[in-house]
This record gives sequence, structure tokens and C-alpha cells, in this order.
Amino acid sequence: MRKCEVVDLGRLGWAETFQIQQRIVEDRKRGESVDHLLFVEHPHVVTMGRNAKDHQVLASPEILARAGIAFYETDRGGGATYHGPGQIVGYPILDLREWKRDVRVLFRAIEQVLIDALSAFGIDARRNPDPGHEGVWVGNAKIAAIGIHISRWITSHGFALNVDTDLSYFQYIVPCGLAKPVCSVRSLGCAATASEVKQAIVASFAKTFDYRMDVQATDRAAAGVLQGAP
Amino acid sequence: MADVVMPQMGESIVEGTLTRWLKKVGDKVERDEPLFEISTDKVDTEIPSPEAGVLSEILVQEGATVGINTVVGRIGGAASPPPSPAPAAAPEPVQAAPEPAPAPPPPPPPPPPQAAPPAPAPVAAQDDEALGPLSPLVRKMAREYNIDLAQVKGTGAGGRITKQDVEAFIAGAAARTYATPAPASTTPAPISAPSAPASEPAPLPLAESAKTRVEPMTNMRLKIAEHMVNSKRTSAHVTTVHRVDMTKIAKLRDRSKKEFQERNGFSLTFLPFVTLAAAQALRAFPIFNASIDGKNIVYFRDINVGIAVALDGGLIVPVIRNADEKNVAGLQRSIVDLATRARSRQLKPDEVAGGTFSITNFGSFGSIFATPVINQPQVAILGVGAVEKVAAVVEGDAIAIRSQAHLALTFDHRLIDGALADQFCQKVKSILEGWSAEI
Repeated sequence: MRKCEVVDLGRLGWAETFQIQQRIVEDRKRGESVDHLLFVEHPHVVTMGRNAKDHQVLASPEILARAGIAFYETDRGGGATYHGPGQIVGYPILDLREWKRDVRVLFRAIEQVLIDALSAFGIDARRNPDPGHEGVWVGNAKIAAIGIHISRWITSHGFALNVDTDLSYFQYIVPCGLAKPVCSVRSLGCAATASEVKQAIVASFAKTFDYRMDVQATDRAAAGVLQGAP
Repeated sequence: MADVVMPQMGESIVEGTLTRWLKKVGDKVERDEPLFEISTDKVDTEIPSPEAGVLSEILVQEGATVGINTVVGRIGGAASPPPSPAPAAAPEPVQAAPEPAPAPPPPPPPPPPQAAPPAPAPVAAQDDEALGPLSPLVRKMAREYNIDLAQVKGTGAGGRITKQDVEAFIAGAAARTYATPAPASTTPAPISAPSAPASEPAPLPLAESAKTRVEPMTNMRLKIAEHMVNSKRTSAHVTTVHRVDMTKIAKLRDRSKKEFQERNGFSLTFLPFVTLAAAQALRAFPIFNASIDGKNIVYFRDINVGIAVALDGGLIVPVIRNADEKNVAGLQRSIVDLATRARSRQLKPDEVAGGTFSITNFGSFGSIFATPVINQPQVAILGVGAVEKVAAVVEGDAIAIRSQAHLALTFDHRLIDGALADQFCQKVKSILEGWSAEI
């Protein structure tokens, strides 16, 4: 039986979350854990993916530090990105051997999860077919970024969806190397809360990745366990 | 030895970018230990080693995007037993890993004649009258092998077609088919005619009976092949050869050899002298330190001299940057360093790029002179022949023993004319013959 545990970590630093991810990934490799979907809200942080160039970060580390923004280089795909309060960060840790061994299908599936979740709030989000424009877009503004790492078909890292993010923080970077505007659920005039959006994401995630919803009530609204056919 | 290939990370994915090697050449690696990282779309994936051993070769550098199943490196060494030892009887080596597109080995037995008819033949209603009397055996063979007997030359009495003639025709057809895999033309040449050269250059027929062994070329071999043919196609190659008296330099070298070795830990050869002389001549004749870009000549300010280094199964041309700013000892040090690291495959990518002129030292293998191929996009290459003691006629019509070498300059006649090339060579020659500085 495929299972996916959904855990909402609340507000947690990037480095601490990375350690948690790593532990789950190692457990998952050994078959000692099930699939996971972690939700987290990071304090201000800029991270660089493997494909990021230095010029994608416009501010020096000193300026970032003075602005209270942490800075990390990571092993995910993609370029530079920003995380901060008001943004839903999701880290799916999935064993693709039990689903589909296809990184492109995985990428499209994660885009679809976010597109479906946003459509529940009347937001017309789409993919951008142009090369290098991965992620989820509303019009010509990017609302969610995706960057994945895979080791032995176990995924880590994931997506970042702007709900009520202070978009001015994106001025410190060129998101994924693109000089394109960013937007958020709130900037589009939608009043949905992060908690509501997370519940919508869990629902579309279960649908897209073939899990049966079995959300257990915990102290956090979206946390629980999803179950799917083997 | 196991090939490490670019994996397919999904059904619709045809290529991947190698973002980072997690091991260096010579590093030990365990089976399933992460070996390199690739990037497809925005997904970064760690690829584990297919087996335990030593990373013996890196064929695809970081940052390169290659098709799936491209061999990116090789795992070898004592730690890895050969994946599947070939049965002793088999002459061909067994392919260890699925290559992207191995050339199909030529079938050792001659192809069955049925599979290779000279033409989809209208045989049944043959006008036998024109062919003269035919034996039942010949008719039967013609039917079975689907042969147009009008194409067969008879050698029997009165031009009769014999069994041997038919057999010879079958063998010939098989060989022709083998030589040109393209569909046979509608009118095959009569077997008696000397095979006329086809309009399209067909691959040369392999000797039918010769035993063969098929081996895919290494990536380096493929690159060299492409590079050489491309150069020959691009430039108008002309080679001019000048004889240089190296006696002064030979004496200087003999005098300082021992001390040089002790001071530097490597020996002093003739090559840095020639390199220095060439660098100075390049200053005097900048057209040799240039490239052709469409209808423009691009002159390079820096003199970056590539030195060809022979490797097992290939060669590489690492570059000495600003060669004109170095002295003989500095050049010798660069040459030794680059050659050593080239042979241990430790060169960085930018150390084999950016050359503006090349030198190849075939003299070290005993060659007197050769006609080197230009290293594109450069316009000239200097070949250094062996330095030999010869009996030479010197001033005053006396005969003396001198150390002599031949310098062969290949230049691109599109840009450089012979007179200029010879002036360049004379400049190099006069620097070498008039050498006065100590080491």
C-alpha cells in the first residue's frame, strides 16, 4: 500500500528543514519510511540551485545578511529563488520506483498539482511552454517555482507557491534567471489563506499522485496520511 | 572496464546535462555510490556508479549536454571484475554495455545469395535461345538463386554458361552487395567489366575472407577524426620545410643539461628553444597568429602556443598561454607540466582551449619531417623534426659535423602565401642558429 504522510512543519529555517528532508530521504531509501509531503514556511532565505549563476543573485551576501536574508547553495535543480513568510513551500519526498520513473512526468505532475489547487480559488494558472520557464504562471507573472533533486529515484526539494508573500524581496534575485515579474495569490486579489491553499494542494496532490485521501486530523489543518494503491 | 552512460530519466527525455562529477579520475568508487549529477529540465539527479572500481576516464565534461546512452566515463581497475568474460573461442570482444549505436559487425559467413539478388529479377520467362544451350543444373541454379542468366558470362565451350560461372556470379553478387549496402542498381554492371568507379564513393569492400574484429572508436578517437577531416576540408594546407643548424643550441644544451636537471627536476629538450623562437617569429609575423572569420582576419594579441601531446590512442593539444613572455626554462616547465597532466588526463578544459598557433614535436619519435594538419581555427602549425648529427658543408666549403633539424611549417594558403611562410621560417631559423643567450 502506497502511503504518503503529509506533515506541516510550520515556520522553520531552511537548513533545519533540509536536515529533516535528508533524514526522511535516507529512511525512504532503506524502505524504512513512506512517501512524505512536507509543508513549511521559511524565514527570508535565498537559495541557489545547481543551474544558478552568481549573477542571478543581485545582492552580495553582505547585503542579504543585512536585510536579514539567509543564503544557501543547494543540490536541487533550477536557478536562484527566494523563500519567505507568506509562501507555501512543499517538499514531496517520493519513491518514484513506486510511481513513475520519469523526471519530466514528475515535474509536470507537480506543476499540475499547483495549477489544480489554484483553480479551486478561481486562479487561472498555467504552465509556460518556453524553455527555461518551468514553474507555474498567471499571465506573464510567476506564482510558483519548482526545483527537484533525485537520488536513487527518491525526490527531495520541491515547490514554492506565493500566497501572501512580500514580493519586494524578489528584487534581490533574478528568479531562475528570468527577468519576469512574480505574483502571489494575494496580489491577484484572492483572499484565500495559506491553510486553505494547503488543503487544496493536498487534495490535488492525492489526485495527481494516485493516493487515496485519508487525512488524519492533527493540530495542523493539512497534515495527515494519504494512501494509494501499491 | 564498464561504460558509464547518460541514463534516460524519462520516456520523452532524449538528453541530459552533466552538471557535476562527484569523483575524479583515479578515485575509487563503490557500486551504487553517487558518481555524477545530471540535470534535466529543473530536476537535478545523482547517478550512482554501475559497479565498483576506479573511475578511469571522464569522457564528458561538466556542463556538457549529451544524448541518453552516451558514454560519459569508464569504470575500470582491479576492483571490478570484467563484466562478462568473452568465451575463449570468440574472436570478437563481447560488448560490455549497450553502446548507442555500435556498427553492426560484418557477418563472417558470406551472405546467403537469396538475400542479395543482383536485381529483383525477371527470371522465369528467360529467352534461353540467346544464351545458347544450358545444362539442367545451370537452369536449376538460376531458378533457385533467382539469377538473370543474361548477366552471367559463360566460359564453357562456345561461351556456354557452366555451373562454375553461376557460382562465380553468386559470389560476385554477394561481394558487390556487401560493398554497397544500398539497393542494387537496376542494371548491374556485367561481371566481366572492370568494376567502374561508382558515382557515389562507396565504402571500400572488406575482404570477404579476412577475419575481422569490430571495436567502437573511443570518444577521443571520434573527436580527432572529426577534427582532422574538418581541418583538411577547411584550410588549403601547404607545408614548407626549412633545415636549421641546431649546433649552437645543442652545445648550450649539453653544457647546461646537468645543472638544469638538478635545479628543476626535469630535463632540458630542444622543444622550448623552438617554441621561444616561434613565439618571437609570431610577434614579427602576426598573420600566423590569427584566424579566419568569414571574410575577416582576426589577429590575436596573445601568443598562446598549443603543444601536441601524444596519448595512448589519441592526442591532445594543451596550450601555453603568453608563450612569448616566458624564457626557455619557463617554457620547458610548462611543456613538462602540461604533457604530464595530459597523459594522466588531469588537464582542465581551459588548458586545451584558446590556442593561437600549434607546435608538434614528431622529432621525438624519430621523424625527420612530416606535414602536420592545422589545428583549427588556427592558420599554421610548426612541426619539429629530429635533431641529428650530420656531415654538413660549412663556411669555406669545409665539411663539418653539425646538429641539424628540419622544421616543417604547414600554413593555410587561404590567408598566407608561400613567400611569407618562408620568411617566417627563416626568422625562426635565424633565431635558433644565432642563439647567444645562456639558460
